[in-house]
Amino acid sequence: MVGLHKSEMKNPVVRWIDERLPVFTLMDKEYAKFPVPRNLTYMWSFGGMAMVILMMMIATGVFLAMFYVPHTAHAFDSVERIMRDVNYGWLIRYLHANGASMFFIVVYIHIFRGLYYGSYKYPRELLWMLGVIILLLMMATAFMGYVLPWGQMSFWGATVITNLFSAIPVVGESIVIWLWGGFSVDNPTLTRFFSLHYLLPFAIVGVVFLHIVALHITSSNNPLGVEPKGPQDTIPFHPYMTIKDSFALLLFFIFYFTFVFFFPNYLGHADNYIPADPLVTPPHIVPEWYFLPFYAILRAVPDKLGGVVLMFASILILFAVPWLDRSPVRSMKFRPLARPFFWTFVASCVLLGYCGAMPAEGIWVPLAKVGTAYYFAYFLVILPLLGKLERPLPLPTSISERVLGGGPVPAAAAAKPMEKA
Amino acid sequence: MANSLPPGGAADAATRRDFLSLTTTAVAAVGVAAFAWPFIHSMNPAADTLAVASTEVDLAPIAEGMAITVMFRGKPVFVRHRTAEDIRLARETPLSALPDPQRDEDRVQKPEWLIMVGICTHLGCVPLGQRPSDNKGEFGGWFCPCHGSHYDTSGRIRRGPAPRNLEIPPYTFTSDTSIRIG
Repeated sequence: MVGLHKSEMKNPVVRWIDERLPVFTLMDKEYAKFPVPRNLTYMWSFGGMAMVILMMMIATGVFLAMFYVPHTAHAFDSVERIMRDVNYGWLIRYLHANGASMFFIVVYIHIFRGLYYGSYKYPRELLWMLGVIILLLMMATAFMGYVLPWGQMSFWGATVITNLFSAIPVVGESIVIWLWGGFSVDNPTLTRFFSLHYLLPFAIVGVVFLHIVALHITSSNNPLGVEPKGPQDTIPFHPYMTIKDSFALLLFFIFYFTFVFFFPNYLGHADNYIPADPLVTPPHIVPEWYFLPFYAILRAVPDKLGGVVLMFASILILFAVPWLDRSPVRSMKFRPLARPFFWTFVASCVLLGYCGAMPAEGIWVPLAKVGTAYYFAYFLVILPLLGKLERPLPLPTSISERVLGGGPVPAAAAAKPMEKA
Repeated sequence: MANSLPPGGAADAATRRDFLSLTTTAVAAVGVAAFAWPFIHSMNPAADTLAVASTEVDLAPIAEGMAITVMFRGKPVFVRHRTAEDIRLARETPLSALPDPQRDEDRVQKPEWLIMVGICTHLGCVPLGQRPSDNKGEFGGWFCPCHGSHYDTSGRIRRGPAPRNLEIPPYTFTSDTSIRIG
């Protein structure tokens, strides 16, 4: 029939809709039949987890916004009211506050997985870059969300971070006043942060959509970093990945709810239960844990502008990783020389996080400098050089050969009965 | 109209079309920029925020050696009644010892009254030193606990990451014992 989509759906109602709006065909193609490499490990479950936690954040956030009052005189009290008076308000707020930390845990693991298995290499460069954009949006959203309860850490965190922009020569002061909507962090700042904190998650949803579209063009990378060569190397997304991701999600939710129900304030800072006071600076201002490595980079540089530039560069450099890593081999499984450098890089991130939590004095300053130097050296020196110097191990000829044993031909035969199951 | 234009005519038509496309795009870009400006400018300080931009302070109750903090444009302003010793220390310091060289005489209207914005020029914390029990830093003025900047009795940066001296707000003496900031 002209103008109608050729639907293969059996249910007449579903078929009627699908012929006019082929969403069922789309879901079937992209989430049921969609072939993924058969050797995906649980490291490939974190993207799905991040998606679920994003939905969780939006759902809890919408409900919190029903009770939250974005005004300097009422914000702190309205949050306390959510905690004490609103039915299950404590649950919704703790899900949201801890959800932010969980989101970053999941996304950081997702990023390190990408770095280890070379998931940013051809043809997935744009997929990777969309991910970096999501990370930037997440950081902006998390920062503004932390300001909303209007506690001492909210206020002073906002003051320190917005003041970073004053380091920009000539126009810095005007930019900061523009960001504040006044001459200090005050009510206009709070109301705009609330507005943007509500908006940006939907921008994240948009970029996540593009991230997934790009993923479904190239399909997933895999632990071997060898592209699937035929149906013997892949399995359909449903039921294999749906069940695997669901199980991973279940474990993740146990972890998440352990914090929500037993340690709801462990990842926060006690000073944020003191109402904001523009006249008293807390003796030790620290950002949320997920910003600590970047905060350490900021403070590792004695120069104000230099510190700010390096901090932003530490994230923006991720955009260039697909072109900095010159090695044609994706997976670190086959890069014996690169592996120790990668794990040292992970260690440098942890070290930076620890330095960021400590006062900027004594041993912590030189340690932060070492961490910062390695962080940048890894991307700018080590990865480009390794591509030239390293002699990678021989790659398997195909995924099925490696995971099922034997040559590619018997592997294809062995795969058949499994795919019927 | 003929379907096949002569080659010369087609080339002419293409250049005129290119010109029209470019000018239309340029006008649209200017239009978008002009339309964006009200939204960008709406985020700058509003009229009422600008209107509360002056503060009156009565200096009479502040004894020598004491300091008070008042609010001006949402920021703390330090008003210190300096002792003769404070003034002597500030004026004896050679300019070469200062990261941001400025004479004490240029920072005050009357030597005994030091009035400045109480915000560290590093990342905006409020330095300690207003209360007698506070840590005043190594130069007897103010000390910022956030990242360890030391200010002297003239509010000038002496050591630490802060790049500039504490800012002096615009103020005038409305009488011998009162000032208006702003």
